[in-house]
Amino acid sequence: MIEVEHLSKSFGDNHVLKDINFTFEPEKVNLIIGQSGSGKSVLTKCMVGLHQPDEGEVRFNGRAMDKISNQERTEVRKEIGMLFQASALFDSLTVQENVMFPLQMFTKMSKEEMLDRVNFCLKRVNLENVNHLYPSETSGGMQKRIGIARAIAMNPRYLFCDEPNSGLDPNTAIVIDNLIHEITHEFGMTSVVITHDMNSVMEIGENIIFLYNGQLWWKGSKEDILATDNPEINAFVYASKFMKSIKEVHKKGI
Amino acid sequence: MLLCRRIRAKMVLLSGLKKCRLLRLFHHIGEYFLMVIGVFSKPEKLRIYLQRTVVEIDKIGISSLGIVALMSLFMGAVIALQTASNIESPLIPSYTVGFTTRQSVILEFSPTIICLILAGKVGSNIASELGTMRISEQIDALDIMGINSRAYLIAPKILGSIFIFPFLIVISMFLGIFGGYLVCALTGIIAPPDFVEGILLDFRMFHVVYALIKTVLFAFIITSVSSYHGYHTRGGAIAVGRSSTMAVVYSSILILIVNYIVTQILLI
Ligand SMILES: Nc1ncnc2c1ncn2[C@@H]1O[C@H](COP(=O)(O)OP(=O)(O)O)[C@@H](O)[C@H]1O
Ligand SMILES: [Mg+2]
Repeated sequence: MIEVEHLSKSFGDNHVLKDINFTFEPEKVNLIIGQSGSGKSVLTKCMVGLHQPDEGEVRFNGRAMDKISNQERTEVRKEIGMLFQASALFDSLTVQENVMFPLQMFTKMSKEEMLDRVNFCLKRVNLENVNHLYPSETSGGMQKRIGIARAIAMNPRYLFCDEPNSGLDPNTAIVIDNLIHEITHEFGMTSVVITHDMNSVMEIGENIIFLYNGQLWWKGSKEDILATDNPEINAFVYASKFMKSIKEVHKKGI
Repeated sequence: MLLCRRIRAKMVLLSGLKKCRLLRLFHHIGEYFLMVIGVFSKPEKLRIYLQRTVVEIDKIGISSLGIVALMSLFMGAVIALQTASNIESPLIPSYTVGFTTRQSVILEFSPTIICLILAGKVGSNIASELGTMRISEQIDALDIMGINSRAYLIAPKILGSIFIFPFLIVISMFLGIFGGYLVCALTGIIAPPDFVEGILLDFRMFHVVYALIKTVLFAFIITSVSSYHGYHTRGGAIAVGRSSTMAVVYSSILILIVNYIVTQILLI
């Protein structure tokens, strides 16, 4: 469980986040949706501690990030796995070394144990025989999966994914979405997934917040999203003709 | 750490006043020193840091050997030629050429000029490497894992260069003087034994020590300033290019200033 309370963040005169309050629930895929530039990435970065919030508090299972000691903070960090928007794999390391990296830095495992763990994680994201490739030699979809493998290497309790399926073809995007969904339930993680893709919202959204103008504009489940008549969220959800037509069908059906 | 936080809080205040150029300069200087302090904090795993330092020694030092050797041979040769061609009076002994070549190479050419060249090569390399890591969020990925990204990325570069630069510069000194000797031997502009006599005349070990002190300072300047610019890159590919230019410009300027100060202190 991750609780966010009265979180505000601005860059100069740009008030990106205004008083966000929300609880990200355990063993669920929590989605943050919103237009490009609405502050989704900044919100997650404040949560994981890459940005210092101006006001407010983030608590990981009751542990407030700004009130605990440095050592405890490092412990919390080790429980966080994150998949970045552009994967952020270390391009001087091979796929295997990338996934092994957090293990080498933080555990006392032997080489064999580490290799086992790496192969387990890679297999879990359906990648095999790529251990000795460099990230630049793999496709975008593979890079996302390697990123997930690296994120889950330390067996995290919290998984953050920033637009895991941006820049992927629809099929691969669905594969990645489902993978995140499965892993979340399999390992009982609290997942926070940023997306602006309505497909993923309908596919994996269990607990959704909609950011608009830096405010938490709306929250609910994927069923609620079709029923709501909040104009901003409708403008976001039914931006495409295709989704509009679905809405018509949905209405007629009722 | 508490002190760092307090200074940082002050600087955030200052950065609000970014419009003023002078203040921005102070802001950068403050950030730079905070970074240097942050770099030398307790490492998570010593063994991995040592491994990375060895890699950096190879990347920064060994790979620069070629250009250093080439530059030194030719510059030594040219210094010898020019000195010889400028001596017309028969009163000036011909060993002066060897003496002048040695002094120029050891005091200025090897430590300062070669380090300026390396500021271009190594500095732009470091800044663009770290800049790319920054904009592709690789540095964020390290921070998320709870790794001190400054220490992990920058400390091995600084330590590696401080270790390997003196070797490069000593090699450069030998090759520079050897270049002068070669010119004498090949063109006969002065007799090689005279040149050797000049090289050995009034040799002071302190001059080499002075040169190596400069080298260590320059190595620190090049790697830390370039790392600062690379690590604090904001934006996209263009920003990486800008960081890399700034790295070379600022480390070169600092090298010239520090060179003056150290010379004034140590030699006068
Ligand atoms: N490091 C930063 N410095 C200044 N402004 C930033 C920074 N990061 C993000 N912003 C601003 O915050 C706003 C939200 O950005 P972001 O969270 O990346 O949007 P998105 O919802 O598309 O992920 C944008 O207006 C952006 O310009
Ligand atoms: Mg974003």
